[in-house]
Amino acid sequence: MLELNGVSVNYGAVQALTDVSLTVEQGEIVALIGANGAGKSTTLWTISGLVRPRRGRIIFDGQDIARMSPNRIVALGIGHVPEGRRVFATMSVQENLEMGAYVTKGGRKMREAMRRVFDRFPRLEERKNQLAGTLSGGEQQMLAIGRALMSRPKLLLMDEPSMGLAPMLVREIFAIIRELNAQGTTILLVEQNAHMALSIAQRGYVLETGSITLTGPAVELAGNPEVRRAYLGA
Amino acid sequence: MDLQTLLQQMINGITLGSTYALIALGYTMVYGIIKLINFAHGDVYMLGAFVGLAVVLMGANIWLAIFVAMLACLCVAVTIERVAYRPLRSSIRLAPLISSIGVSIFLQTLMTLLKGPQPVGFPQVVTNTIYTVGLVKISTVQIIILVVAAVLMIGLQLVIKRTKMGKAMRATSEDLRTASLMGINVNAVISFTFALGAVMAAAGGVLVGMYFNSVFPLMGVMAGLKAFCAAVVGGIGSVPGAVLGGLFLGVAEVLGVAAGLGSYRDAIAFGLLILVLLFRPSGLLGQPEQRKV
Ligand SMILES: Nc1ncnc2c1ncn2[C@@H]1O[C@H](COP(=O)(O)OP(=O)(O)OP(=O)(O)O)[C@@H](O)[C@H]1O
Ligand SMILES: [Mg+2]
Repeated sequence: MLELNGVSVNYGAVQALTDVSLTVEQGEIVALIGANGAGKSTTLWTISGLVRPRRGRIIFDGQDIARMSPNRIVALGIGHVPEGRRVFATMSVQENLEMGAYVTKGGRKMREAMRRVFDRFPRLEERKNQLAGTLSGGEQQMLAIGRALMSRPKLLLMDEPSMGLAPMLVREIFAIIRELNAQGTTILLVEQNAHMALSIAQRGYVLETGSITLTGPAVELAGNPEVRRAYLGA
Repeated sequence: MDLQTLLQQMINGITLGSTYALIALGYTMVYGIIKLINFAHGDVYMLGAFVGLAVVLMGANIWLAIFVAMLACLCVAVTIERVAYRPLRSSIRLAPLISSIGVSIFLQTLMTLLKGPQPVGFPQVVTNTIYTVGLVKISTVQIIILVVAAVLMIGLQLVIKRTKMGKAMRATSEDLRTASLMGINVNAVISFTFALGAVMAAAGGVLVGMYFNSVFPLMGVMAGLKAFCAAVVGGIGSVPGAVLGGLFLGVAEVLGVAAGLGSYRDAIAFGLLILVLLFRPSGLLGQPEQRKV
């Protein structure tokens, strides 16, 4: 479904990604783990078209999207839950969701999408007229996920959805990710919480200073001594 | 100053201030979205005045003149953004700022070449009756200015609050990167913002030309500076702030002149700017700038 092939990204003189290749198959949850500054967010930004790769191809559903604008990439079916949630704090919950459906043509489709999000997250419906900035951290994360779902993505990119949340909420968010996947959304999950991420993913990649150093089935990675030492605190 | 004079000066100040507010809106909206102080904005206002004048000289009424000026300035502003700012968007923040100074000088020079440096009179397009309401007098021209400004500002508020594009503007001004991740076409939003600002300024230009019976190539310099002060006083980036700042500056200027500070007329706006910034660095209605991580 998604294939990165030899992708390199620079920020000025800094090389953030070097020759990154990875694939995500339809229906999978793929975990991308790595330390601070490894380039995980950069990878997701590049897929979403926010950052232009210097080299390499990004194929989504048979099309090279490496030079497309972000709005076209969303329209093709890639949703993004950004790191740190980044809800529009001064806009209401409902307006935030409408922004997620920006590429959707027609009010009826938008209302249907919002209905589905509200059914999944009843708390968002209760607070639909509240400013997003006044929501709790967990609610903001649900809003960020709901907002990304508004465009009905086939592939969802999630950047550290568990960041800064209490353990109970982390479990709730992971349960939601699993449920979304069971209902047909393919997921590329970036996490520092490698343990949780590998427990729900089928496959994983380890990113170190901009390069993929390890890959394999999630259970294998979770058992790999190097991964255990570096990312699982064992 | 007796009550009657005070009330009268308030009316005059609000009239002047609403023209500042019309210009200030363009500064504040553009700054809100791309953090650019668009130095050419005052000159778009000047172009609006010239276009309105040309239309009036062709025999049209003031409404048509305002409408045509708005359309013309919309096209000009969108073109300026496309040609002079967009190619510089990913370079350092100073680059588009300098480019906007270049555009400003270009427009001033162009109009000086075409029309000469001297002020041109504005034909009397409306019979300027003076009405007495209670203690104060108000003229037809003042009523037109107040009504047009109010209608435009309410319209703008509706666009920003209710329409899809208006909501996208707010989302983009809060967080441009996330807005584009959500599929918002940020380039279209930026063009739209320039268009809205230009439409407001163009109307302001025609109204001021009519009010002071004078249109000239450098008229956007002082008006633009004062409107910029108004935007900063109100809190740059805040739409209600720009309106409040404009009215505040207009009233202060007129009252200052009435109180005998006539020779300091243009200094009043800048003095107030300094005063307000000393006590509220983010302006009257501005949010303290949040550092984005
Ligand atoms: N806009 C930018 N300009 C310059 N350098 C950047 C920019 N964004 C990120 N970098 C650098 O690129 C590298 C990769 O950053 P990135 O944010 O992709 O890492 P990450 O794996 O997501 O880290 P974290 O776990 O902290 O979120 C880092 O060295 C970072 O400092
Ligand atoms: Mg990151």
